[in-house]
Amino acid sequence: MSYIGKPKFQHPQLETNELGLTRRDYEGSFTTLCAGCGHDSISAAIIQATAEMSLEPHRVAKISGIGCSSKIPAYFLSKSHSFNSVHGRMPSVATGANLANKELHYLGISGDGDSASIGLGQFCHIVRRRINMLYIIANNGTYGLTKGQLSATADLGSRTKSGDESRFDNIDMATLAIELGASFVARSFSGDKKQLIPLIQAGLTHKGFAFIDIVSPCVTFNNTDASTQGYKNTWENYVALSEIDFVPMREEITTSYDAGKEKEITLHDGSVIRLHKTGNNYDPYDKENALHHISQHKRQGKIATGLLYINQSTSDYHELQDTVDKPFNTLTHHDLCPGSDVLADINNTFR
Amino acid sequence: MPELIKSSKVKTITRVNDFIIKFANVNGSGSASANKLFAKSVFRMGIPVSPNNIFPSNIQGLPTWYEVRISDAGYLGRREGIDFMVAMNEQTIKSDIDLVVPGGYVLYDSSKALTADLIRDDVQYLGIPLKDICLREFDHPAQRHLFKNIVYVGALSAFLDMDFRILTSMVGEQFRGKEKLILPNIHALELGHQYAKENFSCPLDLRLKAGNKTKNKILIDGNTAIGLGCVYGGATIAAWYPITPSTSAVDSFGKYCKRLRIDPGTGKKKYAIIQAEDELAAIGIAIGAGWNGARAFTATSGPGISLMQEFLGLAYFAEVPVVLFNIQRVGPSTGMPTRTQQGDLLACAYASHGDTKHVLLFPSSPTECFEFAARAFDIADRLQSPVIVMSDLELGMNEQICDPLNWDDKHEYDRGKVLNAAQLEEIGKFGRYLDVDGDGISYRTYPGTHPDLGSYFTRGSSHNPYAAYTEDGDVYADMMDQLTLKLQTALRYIPEPEISGDGKNKLGLMYFGSTSLAIQEVLDSLNKKGIKLDTLRVRAFPFHPAVGEFLDHHELTYVIEQNRDAQLKSLLKIECNARHEKMHSILSYNGVLVSAQRIEQEILNSMQSLEDSGEIPA
Repeated sequence: MSYIGKPKFQHPQLETNELGLTRRDYEGSFTTLCAGCGHDSISAAIIQATAEMSLEPHRVAKISGIGCSSKIPAYFLSKSHSFNSVHGRMPSVATGANLANKELHYLGISGDGDSASIGLGQFCHIVRRRINMLYIIANNGTYGLTKGQLSATADLGSRTKSGDESRFDNIDMATLAIELGASFVARSFSGDKKQLIPLIQAGLTHKGFAFIDIVSPCVTFNNTDASTQGYKNTWENYVALSEIDFVPMREEITTSYDAGKEKEITLHDGSVIRLHKTGNNYDPYDKENALHHISQHKRQGKIATGLLYINQSTSDYHELQDTVDKPFNTLTHHDLCPGSDVLADINNTFR
Repeated sequence: MPELIKSSKVKTITRVNDFIIKFANVNGSGSASANKLFAKSVFRMGIPVSPNNIFPSNIQGLPTWYEVRISDAGYLGRREGIDFMVAMNEQTIKSDIDLVVPGGYVLYDSSKALTADLIRDDVQYLGIPLKDICLREFDHPAQRHLFKNIVYVGALSAFLDMDFRILTSMVGEQFRGKEKLILPNIHALELGHQYAKENFSCPLDLRLKAGNKTKNKILIDGNTAIGLGCVYGGATIAAWYPITPSTSAVDSFGKYCKRLRIDPGTGKKKYAIIQAEDELAAIGIAIGAGWNGARAFTATSGPGISLMQEFLGLAYFAEVPVVLFNIQRVGPSTGMPTRTQQGDLLACAYASHGDTKHVLLFPSSPTECFEFAARAFDIADRLQSPVIVMSDLELGMNEQICDPLNWDDKHEYDRGKVLNAAQLEEIGKFGRYLDVDGDGISYRTYPGTHPDLGSYFTRGSSHNPYAAYTEDGDVYADMMDQLTLKLQTALRYIPEPEISGDGKNKLGLMYFGSTSLAIQEVLDSLNKKGIKLDTLRVRAFPFHPAVGEFLDHHELTYVIEQNRDAQLKSLLKIECNARHEKMHSILSYNGVLVSAQRIEQEILNSMQSLEDSGEIPA
């Protein structure tokens, strides 16, 4: 269907959000990915998440690298500018874009090849720099566009369709993000919309570097019973550390909060993340605990998901650098050029 | 008192304001600021001076030289032969003394006697017991060590008849705010001055005489000027990875931003300098910022240029403005990181895979470094494409006498074809790569401009005029042709070549960048021999039509460049359809600036062989 343009027609009774926009206003073009690809579920989740929270589409900038995952910004938010850059280098482009205008929402989309191999260095450094953005990895453990090679996030012993077995330890991107100072780290599954949508909403709202590692199976090359990142294994071994709701700032909170069963996290703009405890009393503020849970689950062949770690007390790059309130890209000649009189004084220092 | 070597038989050079003095030091010994003090004092005496720092890729302990040419005629290029050697480095003293021309001088630390192998009978030795003086006069170990440098500058002031008040006032300026350091420095200067006066007949036959030839000039290095040019050109973002010899350009930007780019009301910064993890990220950040409407740049050198290739192709194809300063050094690979070369022309002109071509600017003085740095942002915004300013270590890291930096307050930034919300509503249908004006430059929008109009998908993959992905070969080819057209349009915005001569000469001379320092001397010297040449200084790539016309017009053009493979000549062949036999390369690639004598000799040799073969009559 990808060769057919999407019709603009929409049902007159389609629900509108606070901006008067329907879900259709958050969509993109038809997907060109394989039927059943996890990445399409991520696109759908982003569409629903942004429509529900009434984000202005044009105030989002989508930035990606190269690979199946990096194609998906074409499939959602067509009213947003998008930059499909070069392989593994989305973090640097996102950094520059964010420096130029701190008022937009930045949504980085990458894959496991893009971020864990060719772009691992850039991934590490954008985390360290605390760029205010949501960085999503659609993680399927394989290189789809080049026909199914193993990636660096493939679990030890996992096998692809061609039978190649991963003989090396995997790189856990969530662990890495926590260790390098990301202030919002989550893991989810493309198949679990109920968990993924509030995580995307919270990640977009969080001020600072937010990261979601999304297990997103590759139906074509890495969905066998022997691949740990396929649908079957993920459904079977998926453990939610807590259930999550996101209440946007504008919405009145109607349900009552039960401190014994719930944890409320108020974000900087007044939005609320509500975590429903699932028995293990998970504390997402505790960095060491988060790392412990991730590795403990992994040892048991399980995948720990949900909001793994949050820290709201850190500053983002602009705060650390103390940049002016106005976005750099709105500063004019008059704001920036010191003029010839000042230059005459400078010339005198070189005489 | 140590024994002075009297070489009374030596017939010493007698010259005023025309000689070369070279300081041989150990790097990290504090000599740099003393040597700079010397050179700037000569400048303040109104005498044209050209200091050149020849330094190792090392922090402490290796040989370093500071060569200062003093020329009343204003010849600021390199000249062969050292007239005066300040021999402070025991590791190199033998070869340093060997470099001195007969009749020249050697200043050395006579605290220790020179060994017999260092004694020449055709140079004049000037022994100053620097170590003994400093041990006697200073208590602090650091001062005993560092002040040796200041003492020899003091001695030079007596030998060369320098204006001592200029030296003392410069010390006062240098240590303003650290008053405790002023008196001991002046004392050190006086000690050297006094010792020289008491023990030698001062001034020497080689000396200075105050003049007025540096009036209305400044003494500044190219990288400092580039940093300032970026401030004036409206750059708000510098993303970089440290690499010699480009580092000081970003340092300069930072230094002047701290002074000039702080919001007076809030104290907040109107700039960001981001030290990236590598050069790939550095240019990626600059491109991301340029895409989002801020003026951004990166600065690098050879290895960084290699790493940035992929991103340069993206910026070219996706049409994103970015400014890159390439302070060239000796390649290939790590090469000689602290020596100069013009070796990246081909790597930059066609940087990245596929058909690409980039705008290059070639400044030849710090004044032009400033001008081109500021102008590069206008050109990049206008063309929505990378602009690479091609400086080199020679120009970037050495102070040069030049015209003051100039800014026209009437000039407003040219942000190029950018549509705002009202314009988007007016035009109706927006195509990011639609060539509306027929000049190959389409209109762009910044993210966040309009709720419904003007968004587009930027990509390095093949796209149609509406920025949609396409594998239609004809559409791809059309878009590539549009980029070719854009580079032709570029000629309206980039600097034109600088041409001199009456155009009646059969021979031409073509050059660019730092070798410009040598040209006047070459022309004057040839002129004295009755040889006249027209000259053309290339200031930008793609080449202005005047460049090709110059080659056509002259029977033979000498093309001077500092690389092995005649890269400018290659570009002229490709882009101007220039015939190989109409160009004669004068190449220098030993890492130091080519001397006027070398250029002249090559021209004379070539003319002789042409005459012999009857190709060009004398």
